[in-house]
Amino acid sequence: MKAAVVTFPGSNCDADARHACALAGIDVAAAWHKDGALPADTDLVILPGGFSYGDYLRTGAIARFSPIMADVVRFANNGGLVLGICNGFQILCESGLLPGALVRNSGLSFVCKDVYLRTESTSTPFTSTLEKGALLRIPIAHGEGRFVADANTIDELEAQGRVAFRYCNADGSVNVDANPNGSANNIAGIVNAGGNVLGMMPHPERYAEALLGCADGMNVFASLVQHYAAAAPTTLVSSQ
Amino acid sequence: MEMMSELDVTEQTAKDLGLTADEYARIVGVLGRTPTYTELGVYSVMWSEHCSYKNSILQLKTLPRTGSRMLVAAGEENAGVIDIGQGYGVAFKIESHNHPSAVEPFQGAATGVGGILRDIFTMGARPVAALNSLRFGDPDTPRTVYLIKGVVSGIGHYGNCFGVPTVAGEVYFDRCYTDNPLVNAMAVGVVRADGIASATAKGVGNPIFIMGSATGRDGIHGASLLASREFDDQTESMRPTVQVGDPFAEKLLLEATLELIDAGVVVGIQDMGAAGISCSTSEMSAKGGVGMRIDLDKVPLREADMSAYEIMLSESQERMLVVVERGKEEHAARIAAKWDVPFVAIGEVTNDGMIYVTRHGKAVAHIPAQSLVLGGDAPVYVREQRKPEYLDLTNVAVDPGPILHQQEATAALRALLASPTIASKRWIYEQYDSQVGTNSVLRSGGDAAVIRIKEVPGKAVAVTTDCNSRYVYLNPYRGGMIAVAEAARNCVCVGALPVAITNCLNFGNPYDPEVYWQFAEAIRGMGDACRTLDTPVTGGNVSFHNESQHHAVYPTPTIGMLGLIDDVSTVVGNAFTQADQNIVLLGWQREELGGSEYMKVIRHRVLGDAPSLSIDDEVRLQRCVLDAIRSGVVRAAHDCAEGGLLVCLAEMCFGRGIGADVVVDTPHRAGYLFGEAQSRIVVEVSDERIGDLRAAAQEAGVPMEVLGRTGGTTLHVHDLIEVDVEDLRSTYERALPNIMTSEVES
Repeated sequence: MKAAVVTFPGSNCDADARHACALAGIDVAAAWHKDGALPADTDLVILPGGFSYGDYLRTGAIARFSPIMADVVRFANNGGLVLGICNGFQILCESGLLPGALVRNSGLSFVCKDVYLRTESTSTPFTSTLEKGALLRIPIAHGEGRFVADANTIDELEAQGRVAFRYCNADGSVNVDANPNGSANNIAGIVNAGGNVLGMMPHPERYAEALLGCADGMNVFASLVQHYAAAAPTTLVSSQ
Repeated sequence: MEMMSELDVTEQTAKDLGLTADEYARIVGVLGRTPTYTELGVYSVMWSEHCSYKNSILQLKTLPRTGSRMLVAAGEENAGVIDIGQGYGVAFKIESHNHPSAVEPFQGAATGVGGILRDIFTMGARPVAALNSLRFGDPDTPRTVYLIKGVVSGIGHYGNCFGVPTVAGEVYFDRCYTDNPLVNAMAVGVVRADGIASATAKGVGNPIFIMGSATGRDGIHGASLLASREFDDQTESMRPTVQVGDPFAEKLLLEATLELIDAGVVVGIQDMGAAGISCSTSEMSAKGGVGMRIDLDKVPLREADMSAYEIMLSESQERMLVVVERGKEEHAARIAAKWDVPFVAIGEVTNDGMIYVTRHGKAVAHIPAQSLVLGGDAPVYVREQRKPEYLDLTNVAVDPGPILHQQEATAALRALLASPTIASKRWIYEQYDSQVGTNSVLRSGGDAAVIRIKEVPGKAVAVTTDCNSRYVYLNPYRGGMIAVAEAARNCVCVGALPVAITNCLNFGNPYDPEVYWQFAEAIRGMGDACRTLDTPVTGGNVSFHNESQHHAVYPTPTIGMLGLIDDVSTVVGNAFTQADQNIVLLGWQREELGGSEYMKVIRHRVLGDAPSLSIDDEVRLQRCVLDAIRSGVVRAAHDCAEGGLLVCLAEMCFGRGIGADVVVDTPHRAGYLFGEAQSRIVVEVSDERIGDLRAAAQEAGVPMEVLGRTGGTTLHVHDLIEVDVEDLRSTYERALPNIMTSEVES
């Protein structure tokens, strides 16, 4: 499996995403925002965390116009796997690959801390090794991570099982105490209608090895590896 | 040569820029003529304490500055570099941004972080950790709450966006810092030993580039005027001297800089911080024994009509001065363009040792580079010292207190845990990204942070900052010593061998003999401790004039310590790991209350002598504990510091909510329970390994006392205290948020 990790000016979790991929046994190619196309034979695109374009104007708002994004959108629309983490999630929303928007945290401050996530959907390529309801401890680090969307969109996401992860307490309960940023319905991560694009505010790449305190984040990468292994090669989407 | 001056220069002009009459005469002597206004401006910033160390260098030179691990020694480059083996080094340095933060807390703190990060990556090192050491007034005034909010969000804003994890720090609160907070920022970077860049200009004819942001009018005289005066009613008017930071620009500058250095096109490179173009051109030239011809018309400007004086003195952020090897300009320009970083040639290296500057085609400065810098013609002063009178009043014997009973002891423990200096700093550190880079093994809340070095598998470094300034105030020599000893102890408590320090020396007005005595004594103490602990000084920074209305802050020599860990799997934290383990105190338990948090919080006095310290005992304790951690005997370790033994035990309970059941087999005096005797570490050890620990302690000559066992949900001190750990933790965790949010509501 080969991942392309896109570096935008201001991306600062791109190296971390590459490191986590390597730990999971995923080959990695670096992709530059000024490139017109993704690397050949890309199986997975990762839009990493950071402050693309300094968060100027609005988080992710400028990055979506980077030359490479046209190919990322094409790749996603053809069913290619795209994982957007933190700023990557923001870029996915700005580029229209995912619905909704990520606005200022309800507490108005940047928050970096561990949160618990409850796995809501196990039918996606990003959660295929997880049990429904499985709890993951994964850190967040953002100032603008409050997921919002109009009521119809939220209803649709819920009805179609497109909420991948929800912020919860250590016991798995979901309530306002477990919500670190005021996100609608405690939503921490969603997939698109095709299930091939995941955006999530927490950073699974940060907890991909026990040395750093927890390896729960590795589940996301391991799911992708399993999904890739299970899929017949002919059905894979090529970037060409 | 005909020189153009924008203003007529007299001795009074020099005085207005912060120079003395003698210094002005010295400048006239060096040049053999009256300086131009631009030249005078350049001298005023270069001969400021910040750039020249004129009042401090004689003392700094007494510190130990050599060691077998030093790849780059103190003063040679922008930061010291320590060899960590396998072809890699760690660069680290701490610097103050006190005065800007007092005037404009958000930008002052943010640019303090930006400045220290540039010091690290200008050497070719990629920053892997940031730390900060903060001092505020007691948080009961709106001004202090405003300063805390501004400084914390400024540090977070810059570090988070830049992409460096802010992994540790310390915050103390005391009334003496109300008007003059201290903001010391430290950065740590990893560099290939054969890829260290130098801030030296060489090669006549090599082109000189300015890389990074355009030059504006911000920060003019930040170093020479703002940082060289005390705070008074006029301070607010100094706000325009504070720089404005752009961490996004710095992130791009970082990547472009590292790629340029890696490509082998760079002859020399220096960041522009204090004194901007003046400092970078003169220091790089003086170090290389060359000169520079600089055309200011080529410098990208934010405002077209800036004068030579303003351009030379601007402290606009996110800029580098780069000497490129002739013939490699295009390669260099391609790299800068890749990262969208402006890169413009502004001059070339010359052979005459002169900084020759033109503006609008006319010469505005022609100065021997050597005359501007430390080690050249910059003045060096021997300052008068006098033991402060206040010491006669404070240095009295302090009674270790009456025997405490349950109610007083429990109340005192709660009060200490709620004291902002001791209380949890979570409200602060959760605003900092502490994990970007995926190397943070231990973070804020521990004794020291631990950063894994990906480039050298298995290897990690420990980093910490430390200074209890109350001790330094009460006894500058011993306080300086304790600051070093405690920083080293913090490294040892996570399993790291302390190897070197950087320091940030925050003091009052050096022209006050009593302040200067504090300065000299603190350095003497630091030096003695560093020699015994074998932790040389790799560099740092001096910040004088930390005063307001003629009251100096406590003398605060902040120590940034680096420790080495050969096997990252041996690292331990400071929380009890499981129930039914032994809780053991290693070290010299004493009954002392002098300078303690207990004295301040419970008795409202800053009194007595600093805690006693035998640096030789300290070394024995540290070696013993480090060996025990490395060999897996000890599972958790915590330095017994502010708040003393009971606070230490409570903090060890908090991590995993594991209680403790201990017997304190002495009269329960305050001095015993809450005193801050040095050279004590509490550890967790299993029944299987306690024999090993006893044997090791005996051999090392370190006293060892089994206090009790871990387990349960309470902190239970027999015949004295029994409180739920959760209850105590709530006190500890809520203190700071309560202070910070009550202000919002008022």
